[in-house]
Amino acid sequence: MNQKPEKLIDKKGIRLDGRKADELRSVKVDVGVLSNADGSAYIELGKNKILAAAFGPREMHPKHLALPDRMVLRCRYHMAPFSVQERKSPAPSRREVELSKVIREALEPSIFMEYYPRTGIDIFVEVLQADGSTRCASITAASLALADAGIPMRDLVSACSAGKVDGTIVLDLMDTEDKMGEADLPLALMPNFNAVTLLQMDGNLTGEEFERAVSLAVEGCKKIYAIQKEVLKAKYVSVKEAEE
Amino acid sequence: MSSLVTRVKQKEIAQLIAKGKRLDGRSLTEYREIKVEQGIIERAEGSARVLLGKTEVLVGTKIELGEPFSDTPNEGVLTVNAELVPLASSTFEPGPPDENSIELARIVDRGIRESKAIDVEKLCIEPGKKVFVIFVDVYVLNHDGNLIDASALAAMAALLNTKMPNYEIEEGEVKIKPDYTPLPIRKHPITVTFAKINDNLVIDPWLEEEQVMDARLSMAIEEDGSICAIQKGCSGSITPNQILEAAKIAQDKTKEMRKKLEW
Repeated sequence: MNQKPEKLIDKKGIRLDGRKADELRSVKVDVGVLSNADGSAYIELGKNKILAAAFGPREMHPKHLALPDRMVLRCRYHMAPFSVQERKSPAPSRREVELSKVIREALEPSIFMEYYPRTGIDIFVEVLQADGSTRCASITAASLALADAGIPMRDLVSACSAGKVDGTIVLDLMDTEDKMGEADLPLALMPNFNAVTLLQMDGNLTGEEFERAVSLAVEGCKKIYAIQKEVLKAKYVSVKEAEE
Repeated sequence: MSSLVTRVKQKEIAQLIAKGKRLDGRSLTEYREIKVEQGIIERAEGSARVLLGKTEVLVGTKIELGEPFSDTPNEGVLTVNAELVPLASSTFEPGPPDENSIELARIVDRGIRESKAIDVEKLCIEPGKKVFVIFVDVYVLNHDGNLIDASALAAMAALLNTKMPNYEIEEGEVKIKPDYTPLPIRKHPITVTFAKINDNLVIDPWLEEEQVMDARLSMAIEEDGSICAIQKGCSGSITPNQILEAAKIAQDKTKEMRKKLEW
């Protein structure tokens, strides 16, 4: 059991892991990491280690779930039993069912669903190690997996959390800040449309704090977006070079 | 899920809303009639029925002795469950809870939990060993849209109506006494849900509006206007400005509702 540290932010405004209030943790992303998936991505956000894979568009199974005018997106967010301090049962928890739903709903607006009627896309997200804001890192990775699978999309979806820790509005909560802090606000954004596709919050924020947290999270998403774009470009430049 | 009929209606609903009107005659920031009735199930420790227009939700609470979670040994346990009972809508099917009922339960749970509405430390009998466990069971009896607000309201009303058994400890054994005290309630969060239809926000969407909405946004607001829980739903998006606008409307709306509810 982790004991609560006395202070989550020191007098100089530095957080437990040495970050400033508006600073992201180190982000490492990679695409095309799984050979059997149509698209895949891996993300490390701080100590989060998350794999995402996209399969499809493919024939819908079971068939009766297929829609005549659009494709169906399915998503499973799952945490490995060893991803957290106390072993998590591999059976899907209620939390995972909810997160699978909100992640799917966060990604759906970015996909041209009507391009592939009667088909389905499955997204599988496996959290190998959790360190706070896993749903945001999952969305970021899943959107890259969709792009890697070559699925026509309006925009990438980038996600980042903001929150309140020791009275300060901060960006990208890590595990301890999530658990001990006063509020957590995950947000997903399609940056080119200024469209929020996921928003949740728990804790306590005044109206002004909420405004600050939303704008900080939006800024965080834009930083994540730059990283996503970079990694996609890098991969396809290398594919092109290999062909030449 | 939108059906064929609602696609035909979608245009009409959206056009009306763009003019600031709604099919059922309400303004964009007007709730349907709200009726709250408490203490209607005698066997339950607490109960309430909420009518939100034609939407009807019944919540019953039960209290049992149980063990605390290991990370909160001094706190009682709150468990919220929601049942989308098949008699409430032709789209509800019997069976284990699906993602919609799990999401509904978790939104209701978050509003109560994050506002610290219940003084859970007062539910502790023996730290680390025995606490009261409060089961809040949300029973949707008729679905005419906005199950979230109706359920959150009914859950709070049922908790306010809940009686906690008195007990004494005799030779290390917990003995439940025949009399009761009210549950220690500190806050009264109210959840406000918006539907985004085309580019407009409407409060308290009813069924037909829900069938055509692009996105859904729910916010739980405390007495002081602070926000304690949010959930965006549906496969559409919403702009940051609309989110802030919704928060302001929700703060005003809950102030107005508190006067009527005397919360």
